[in-house]
Amino acid sequence: MKMKGAEILINCLLEQGVDTIFGYPGGTVLDIYDALYRNGKINHILTAHEQGAAHAADGYARVTGKTGVCFATSGPGATNLVTGIATAYMDSIPMVAITGNVGLSLLGRDSFQEIDICGITMPITKHNFIVKDVKDLAETVRKAFYLAGSGRKGPVLVDILKNVQNDECEYTPAKPEVYKPLPVSKQKVAAATEAIKQSKKPLIIAGGGIISANASPLLKKLYESQDCPVAYTLMGKGCVPDSDPHCLGMIGMHGTVAAAKALTQADTIIALGTRFSDRVALNRDMFAKNKTVIHIDIDNAEIDKNVRSDIHVMGDLYEALTTILPELERADRHEWLGFCKKNKDEEKLKKDTNFLAYKIISTASEMAPKDIPVVTDVGQHQMWTAQHFHVNKPRLFCSSGGLGTMGYGMGAAIGACFGTGKPAVLVTGDGCFNMNMNELSTAVTQGTPIAILLMDNGVLGMVRQWQKIFYGRRFSQTTLEKKTDYVKFAESFGAKGLRIENESQVQGVLKEAFDYIAKGEGPVLVDCRISPDENVLPMIKPGMTYDTQLLKMEEN
Amino acid sequence: MAEYKKDPKKNTIAALVSNKSGVLTRISGLFARRGYNIESLSVCATEDPELSRMTIVLIGDEYMLYQMIKQMDKLDDVKKIGCADELDCVYRELLLVKVPATAETRSQIVEIKEIYKAKVVDLSPDTMILELTGIPTKLDAFLKVIEPYGIIEMQRTGVTVLARGRHTLKDRDCYGDNI
Repeated sequence: MKMKGAEILINCLLEQGVDTIFGYPGGTVLDIYDALYRNGKINHILTAHEQGAAHAADGYARVTGKTGVCFATSGPGATNLVTGIATAYMDSIPMVAITGNVGLSLLGRDSFQEIDICGITMPITKHNFIVKDVKDLAETVRKAFYLAGSGRKGPVLVDILKNVQNDECEYTPAKPEVYKPLPVSKQKVAAATEAIKQSKKPLIIAGGGIISANASPLLKKLYESQDCPVAYTLMGKGCVPDSDPHCLGMIGMHGTVAAAKALTQADTIIALGTRFSDRVALNRDMFAKNKTVIHIDIDNAEIDKNVRSDIHVMGDLYEALTTILPELERADRHEWLGFCKKNKDEEKLKKDTNFLAYKIISTASEMAPKDIPVVTDVGQHQMWTAQHFHVNKPRLFCSSGGLGTMGYGMGAAIGACFGTGKPAVLVTGDGCFNMNMNELSTAVTQGTPIAILLMDNGVLGMVRQWQKIFYGRRFSQTTLEKKTDYVKFAESFGAKGLRIENESQVQGVLKEAFDYIAKGEGPVLVDCRISPDENVLPMIKPGMTYDTQLLKMEEN
Repeated sequence: MAEYKKDPKKNTIAALVSNKSGVLTRISGLFARRGYNIESLSVCATEDPELSRMTIVLIGDEYMLYQMIKQMDKLDDVKKIGCADELDCVYRELLLVKVPATAETRSQIVEIKEIYKAKVVDLSPDTMILELTGIPTKLDAFLKVIEPYGIIEMQRTGVTVLARGRHTLKDRDCYGDNI
C-alpha cells in the first residue's frame, strides 16, 4: 500500500506495539503529528518541555520493560531531549527518540531550527539514524526498536527529514524482529559454577542487569539454594525484595553497613548485571582484592573494565542463570548467612531514625499503596529513598543512577504512571523539583496520580553535605533562598498541595496524600519542610575502601 | 587473576565497518571520548561495496587495547574486528617525502633510496619526491637517514594490514575469547 512517510512511521510504531508516546510538536514534525491525529490509535502525552517527554519515555520503559518512545521537533526540540537520552543511555534503558529535521533542500544550510542531532547524540545513543529517503524509513524504524531492546539495552534516535514525512512509498507491514540472546559459553559457566561451589562466603551483587533481563525469579533461586546474601546496587533496587532475609540492602557509597561488612568478609563476589561504577566500587583496585570475582554481564566491554574478574560469563542474565542453576547443588552456608543477617539486625537497631526525612520516607514506604512505582530525583532524598523505602518487586523503582540527572523525577513519574496504570510516588528535593516542575502541569492535565514528596530543605543537600565534609562548610551557591510557597504553587497548577512541618503531621498528611492519589484524579504535592542539615549516612568517601565507612559526619 | 600488561606498546586493530557516512566520526569519537589517541588510521572501501576496512594503530597498554576493541565491537557499524599480530600479518605503509635536491645532494639521496628500494616519483630542479612502501619501522629508518637533507613535506598513509594465508578478518567468528 502506498503511504506518506509520516503514516509509515505511525504504522511502524504500531507494529512494535507502541501505545503511548511522550512528546512535543513543532515545525518539522507537523506531518507526523497529523498522521498521529488521523490514525488515532496511539495515546500521545503532551509534556511541558521535551526533556520531560524524554524522562517520561524513560520512566515508562523502566516500569514496563518495553521500549519508551518520545517525539520532538528539530533544533531546540531535539536538543531538549539530550539530557533525557543521556540518562537512558547511562542506565541502559530502551528508548526510541524520534525527531524531525528540515527538508533535504534546506539541510546543511543552517536553516531555521536545523541542528545535527545525530552528531550531538552520537556518544549518548546506542546508535542513531538520519532518514533522508522515505524508502529507508520503515526498515530504519524497525532496526531502531531492535537495537534499543536487544543486547545491552539503550536509547536510539531516529532523525526524519521533513520531506521524508511527506514523500510517498510502498508500505509492507512486518512483524517485529524477535531478539534471541546468544547462548552462554558452557566452559565459562562450568568455571563459574565451580567457583561458586568452592566459595565459603559468597556475596551476590545484583545490578540493573537482573531487572533488564527479567531474571529476578532466577536470582531468588540462586541465593536461596546457595544460602547466599545479596546486596543490590541503586540500579538493582527491586530485583531482590527488601523484605527478603537474604537481602542486605544497597551497596555503594551510601550503602548499608551490612552490605559493607559482607563485602569485606566475603571470599567470592558474584556480580550479576552490574558494572562496578565508581559509586559502587569506590576504589576499583582494592574493591575485590584477595577475593574471587565472578562477573556475569551482557556487555563484554564491562568485563574487566573497572574491576578485574577471575571468571566471567558474557551473556543475558536470564540465559546465564538458567544455565548455571541446574549445575549447582543446594549448599549450606548458614553460618555465613547468619553472620550477615546478624549484622543486618544490629544495623537496624543502631540506625539513626531521628530525622524528619527518615520518618517521612519510611512512613510513606509503609503507607503507600502496595506495588506502585517509586520514583526519585537525585541527591540526598534519592539515597534516603534507596535506603529506607522498601521495594519488593522489580521495575517499581525509577532513579537516574548513572547520569545522576536532577530534574529526572517529574517526567519519569508521569511515564511510570502511564506504564503501570497505577499511581506513583515521587520523592524529590527542592533543588531537583525546581528544574522540571513545569511537568506538574502535565500531570494535572493528564490527571496523573502522583504523590510528590518534596524534601524541602532550602539547600542543595547533597552538595552541601560534601561542602561540610570536604570544603570546610563554605556553602558556595548551595543555599537556595527561594521564596516559593510550594503548596500554593501546586494549587495554582491545579494540583493538591499539602505540607508537613513536623513529625506529628507525618501520618495524617501522608494518609491524605495517598488517599488522594488512590482516587486517580491527579497529583498531590507534599511540601516536607526538613532541616538543611540532615545528612546521608553511612558514607564511604570517593576512592576509599569499604572498611572506612563513615557512620557519622566527619567534617573538615 | 591475571593482570593486564601495563607497558605501553603499539597495537594494531583491524576492522570491517559499514561503508557509509558518519562511521568514521562514530569510531574516532569513541577513541576521543575514552581519552585514547589514534596514532594512525587508514580506511578505504573493500571488494564488498557495503564494507570499508579500517586499520587503526594506537599506543597504549593491554587494558586500553581490549577496552577499545570491545567498545568498537559494540557499535552497530562495526561488523568484524580483531587485533593484528605481527607474526601472522603482513604490515605495509606508504610514504611520500619531498626533500630539497640540488645538483650536489641529488646523487647522495639517490644512493640512499637505492638501498631502501624507494622510488623517485617527482623531480624538479631543486626538489625530489620519494616514495617508499614497507613496514612502518623501515619507513622510520629511511626518514632518519633522509632527515639531514631536510624534509620539505611528507605524508604517511598509516599502516594497513592483512593476515597471512587463508585467514581473513571476515571469517573470524568473534574476537571474544581470544583476548
